[in-house]
Amino acid sequence: MSTRIFGSGIKRREDPRLITGEARYTDDIKLPGVLHMAVVRSPYAHANIVSIDSSAAEAMDGVVAVFTGEDVDLAGIPTAWLIPDSDLKTPEHPALAKGKVRYVGDGVAIVLADDRYTAQDAADVVDVEYEELPVVVDPEAAAQDGAPQLFDDVENNIAFRWVMGDKTASDGVFNTADVVVRDKIVQQRLLPTAMEPRSAMAQYNPATQELTLWCTSQNPHIHRFIISAVTGLNENKVRVIAPEVGGGFGSKIPCYPDEALVSWAAIKLGQPVKWTETRSENYQITIHGRDHIQYVEMAASRDGKLLGVRATVYAGMGGYLSTAAPGIPTILHGLLYVGPYMMDSVYCESIGVMTNATPTDAYRGAGRPEATFLLERMVDMVAKRIDMDPAELRRMNLIPAFEDGHEVATTLIYDSGDYPAAFEKALGIAGYDDFRREQAEARGDGRYLGIGITAYTEMCGLGPSQVAGAVGFQGGLWESATVRVTPTGKVQALIGASPHGQGSETTLAQIIGDELGFPVDDIEVIHGDTTETPMGWGTYGSRTTPVTGAALAKASQKLKEKARVLAAHLMEAAVEDIEYADGSFSVKGSPDQSQSIQDVALMAHLAWNMPEGMDPGFEESQFYDPPNFVYPFGTHIAIVEVDANTGDIELKRYIAVDDCGPQINPEIVAGQIHGGVVQGIAQALCEGVIYDDNGQLLTGTMMDYTMPRADMFPNFELGETVTPSPHHPIGVKGVGETGTIASTPTVYNAVLDALTPFGVEGIDMPMTSAKVWQAIQSAQS
Amino acid sequence: MWPNKFDYQRAESVDQALELIGDEGKFLAGGHSLLPVMKLRLSAPEQLVDIGRIDSLRGISADGGLTIGATATHAEIAASGDVQSMCGALADACGGVGDQAVRNFGTIGGNIAHADPASDPPTVLVAAGASVNIQGSDGSRSVGAEEFFVDLFETALEDGELITSVSVPDLSGQKTAYAKFPHPASRYAIVGVAVALSMDGDTCTGASVAVGGATVKAVKCAGAEAALAGSSLDDAALNAAADMAKADIADWLAGDVAYPESYRQQMAGVYLKRAVKAAAG
Repeated sequence: MSTRIFGSGIKRREDPRLITGEARYTDDIKLPGVLHMAVVRSPYAHANIVSIDSSAAEAMDGVVAVFTGEDVDLAGIPTAWLIPDSDLKTPEHPALAKGKVRYVGDGVAIVLADDRYTAQDAADVVDVEYEELPVVVDPEAAAQDGAPQLFDDVENNIAFRWVMGDKTASDGVFNTADVVVRDKIVQQRLLPTAMEPRSAMAQYNPATQELTLWCTSQNPHIHRFIISAVTGLNENKVRVIAPEVGGGFGSKIPCYPDEALVSWAAIKLGQPVKWTETRSENYQITIHGRDHIQYVEMAASRDGKLLGVRATVYAGMGGYLSTAAPGIPTILHGLLYVGPYMMDSVYCESIGVMTNATPTDAYRGAGRPEATFLLERMVDMVAKRIDMDPAELRRMNLIPAFEDGHEVATTLIYDSGDYPAAFEKALGIAGYDDFRREQAEARGDGRYLGIGITAYTEMCGLGPSQVAGAVGFQGGLWESATVRVTPTGKVQALIGASPHGQGSETTLAQIIGDELGFPVDDIEVIHGDTTETPMGWGTYGSRTTPVTGAALAKASQKLKEKARVLAAHLMEAAVEDIEYADGSFSVKGSPDQSQSIQDVALMAHLAWNMPEGMDPGFEESQFYDPPNFVYPFGTHIAIVEVDANTGDIELKRYIAVDDCGPQINPEIVAGQIHGGVVQGIAQALCEGVIYDDNGQLLTGTMMDYTMPRADMFPNFELGETVTPSPHHPIGVKGVGETGTIASTPTVYNAVLDALTPFGVEGIDMPMTSAKVWQAIQSAQS
Repeated sequence: MWPNKFDYQRAESVDQALELIGDEGKFLAGGHSLLPVMKLRLSAPEQLVDIGRIDSLRGISADGGLTIGATATHAEIAASGDVQSMCGALADACGGVGDQAVRNFGTIGGNIAHADPASDPPTVLVAAGASVNIQGSDGSRSVGAEEFFVDLFETALEDGELITSVSVPDLSGQKTAYAKFPHPASRYAIVGVAVALSMDGDTCTGASVAVGGATVKAVKCAGAEAALAGSSLDDAALNAAADMAKADIADWLAGDVAYPESYRQQMAGVYLKRAVKAAAG
């Protein structure tokens, strides 16, 4: 019996080409006669465009054309998540600004030139006269009367107002609770910073009237219909190809003006057009994440029963409503307000506000980190208020283990969970009781240690399409896949999702290999090309393993059934007598007689000797619409030490116990957790966009915007529990975002725990040494 | 990331470099200060004169003191046994500039000509009493490091002049150290403090102190030096020196939105103590 491939930590098959630089990204693709596009971008956050003089640019050698918003006849860039019952406004988002710019970086003109340098030089001499307008970047300030108005038809800049829960009931809970804690929490803006910047190249074939767009996309099929919509081309005349994509973290979900503009220019000029953003552009125009100002309260009884949470959230949308933006601070946020706790009252009012800043959209975790943070912050505040150990408070409020469905106050039905098991396991690894003793001793020596604990669950594996429709998502959330076996027994798995760094080519091959017995090296996972692959809604929301994985498992199971019948026929045995093991079919009682899966595949292709009624070929397709979300969960613990002289924070230990159901590839799961944890801790400690009052981005380069680095982190101590999803064909849950969701409050609470002797109540993230030091000084004075 | 158009010429000698450099030209050595600002289009020299292959600007020699060629890289300086023995703080500081790739390309001459206030080598050079050797078309001159650094990104270099080398006295009889609080993003110094201490047993008979990062240029701290001199480097002396260092730099403070002047000034005191302890340690 060979080792089962499912559950084996084999190396990522993607890595050799990525590590050696042989992977081909959009910008690596060279087409003869390609023109390079540079975008003239607004230096002002809010201004009227008075005039544009492009004559100097047009006169330059090598410049082919300059176009402004008046020239470009594209439909507006659409918003594709239309939250119902929220009085949603979707202000027009032209591909190039018309009359007015709304954030620094808003495109006002494009230059097409023979090379990159000329395009940039020419863009620099396009003379745009602006009339500056008052600027607002703070989402709460922007929603007040008298604030600068971005759009005539969006009163008080409020794009939507979404309410979850029963306000009267919530007020009743809070009015009668023993204890109410409250805080203002700022979820600062973050830059997704995918390693590969965004890029797009379009080619139009006038003979066939087909447009091919290569672009950095997490969801080429969604890009296809948006490009179809904005260009007016029929969808079957648009081919979108996402070649190698170097990370996204959500920032490559949206369709941006740039993709539309290269498409338009390629059609207009009859030449291929390419655009690749610089890192400076990436920071300025590619979506940002988070940007919440939250007023949060939690009610509890004196003896530590959590009763309810409520929040008013001002969510900064930036200058335009990006593709999925309205869904992030609403559906993906408020619905997580119960977390893993027994808590019966939830209320959320989330106000989406237009601001003179880069548009925001989904960034790893997307709404759920912002919810988990506020919950865990509040739980620690309750613990402090009632003088209860924060671990004990969590322990007594965790929902007990359940295997098949648990409905909570947000109306979600969690699929399965054993929160206490993960919680106790994490506390055991951390040595919680010992730590509290060590902490007390250290304080005596003038050393400030702190511990933070986060218990979490989250919803991912998006999701049932019926739910998508009910919450206004302008698409389905199913996936489809085809498992195609060649006559020589090699497998092509064609998927509609579009992985871009997650290791899915490995993980998904393991699923197929496990079901059908093909060696994993004989299985290619093909994705990213709308013409080659079946329809799918993309890779985001920790959904590719649970949703595409389910489609592949079911397609593989169908093939296996076909193989079983064909094998029985070939061996002249009854189907009931066929046994399967490790890619081989044999007849019960005659083990020497067998047919390998490769033999069967060949015979299915040859079709010389098929059972009555069986069609030839060895290929199956499967659409899969999940019946529910999946709900991974776990407990994370951080131990920090704060240097009171400088405010510097040392992360001493980080423990993550996560449950994503059965792990297909533990190495890849660990990698996802590592990356997610790092990104989440970075929000707590170092990352944060800073705008000045004029809407100028002060953190526009990596010299100022602090990306996390390896030397900030100890070796992570990972543990797992395994609770299968009851509704999933192979029980798996998503794990792409759990680290980001759990780690920010874990480290934040650890730092505040360390600062308890100083009486520090809160520090805005990121908790830089300067802010921590200042907080210590202020608390002492 | 796409610089403006420029011409490029490579000089074979210092004399040729001085001839080639025009009014709008810049010398190019390692390129790790100049090219980033050109790529951001913050600087647009029309001409680059590459001095990277001029033999006379290379290398490190030790003869009663150090002579460090202008195009000696940070990595060479950090690895030099002569530098480690004569001015360990300089080796440490150069070993902490940027990352390995930057240290392999970036040069001491380019670094000090750029005069980034948060860069590490200038602070040590000021504390060490180094001097900068400069060649112009009218001849050569030598300028003390303290005078060389004038203000933010401003030096005593005249147009068309070229740094040829840096002279550092032999401080092997002293105890030197450089203590740095790196900015978490850029890894430039939020504050960097360099000290050179003369010791007689447990008594500090003389001290040289400079602070960078927190300031618009590397600043010599006479008050802190006086507080350390004659002391046994006890806590009281260190606290007094820290307070004096904060006063010494008060007129030269620099900061940014994340790490404001007031914070950096306080950290200069903390890192002064750390530098002294590291040196005396």
